Amino acid sequence: MYKVKVYVTLRKSVLDPQGTTVKGALHSLSYTEVKDVRIGKFMELVIEESGRDINELVREMCEKLLANPVIEDYRYEIEEAVAR
Amino acid sequence: MKFAVVVFPGSNCDVDMYHAIADELGEEVEYVWHDEDNLDRFDAILLPGGFSYGDYLRSGAIARFSKVMAAVKQAAEAGKPVLGVCNGFQILLEAGLLPGAMRRNQGLKFICRPVRLTVENNETMFTSAYEKGEVITIPIAHGEGNYYCDEQTLERLVENRQIVFRYHGENPNGSLADIAGIVNERGNVLGMMPHPERAVDALLGSADGLKLFRSIVNYWRETHVVTA
Repeated sequence: MYKVKVYVTLRKSVLDPQGTTVKGALHSLSYTEVKDVRIGKFMELVIEESGRDINELVREMCEKLLANPVIEDYRYEIEEAVAR
Repeated sequence: MKFAVVVFPGSNCDVDMYHAIADELGEEVEYVWHDEDNLDRFDAILLPGGFSYGDYLRSGAIARFSKVMAAVKQAAEAGKPVLGVCNGFQILLEAGLLPGAMRRNQGLKFICRPVRLTVENNETMFTSAYEKGEVITIPIAHGEGNYYCDEQTLERLVENRQIVFRYHGENPNGSLADIAGIVNERGNVLGMMPHPERAVDALLGSADGLKLFRSIVNYWRETHVVTA
């Protein structure tokens, strides 16, 4: 069993209005040291071993569904889960 | 001529679309559930607005994998008119039937009001009943209508005259190049954020959307001439 954490964020070249708004709110709370905020999605998958390479499997899922490669980047972390 | 209105779990403009075709246009129309795998009996496919699959993950991302979408692809490849409005447009983008992607509105607000559009290309099967450059009034209702594509794609859209509608006067959602609607290269798949099915009678505030459906029928009659 694997626990996989997937992070999906808007690509650098794509304006993130949500992040910009939150940055503005932080500034109005006087946290002016905040230079940038980007908002994304966090997903946690639990995946059974299937004989397929786990990296390849997760990449495939990200490309096909979890992220939209036109506007989004993704990265992931794989943890080998222990308990059943 | 027979239209299909595809209904996904969460579609909510399907009834408006049906009304536009059946009552205002006077053509045959049938609802088609998302698990249908054959659309051969239809001459045109309409993907209505709404929140298919709750817009979970991204608008249109889940609907794109429903069974009916394989049949929609086939219809598109066969050259039949395929129209996606609002959520329907988002589904067409996610399915790769049109290029680009949709982002949240620049102002982050859901916007629901009539807007003005310029008909940029009136030489498509969806717009032949309009004049070139005609300014029309059609309502929008969306939170994610901020169209985006990369520079090369935009160049191609301009070169091939694939930009069919642009926002006129003001851009409500920040979409790239004021894009409100685009067609595929072949010209038989149209995606647009504004709702022409909600502008089919003066009682509704505008009847400008009816010409879009009329154009489809005119095109169909021209290509399927029946001689007695």
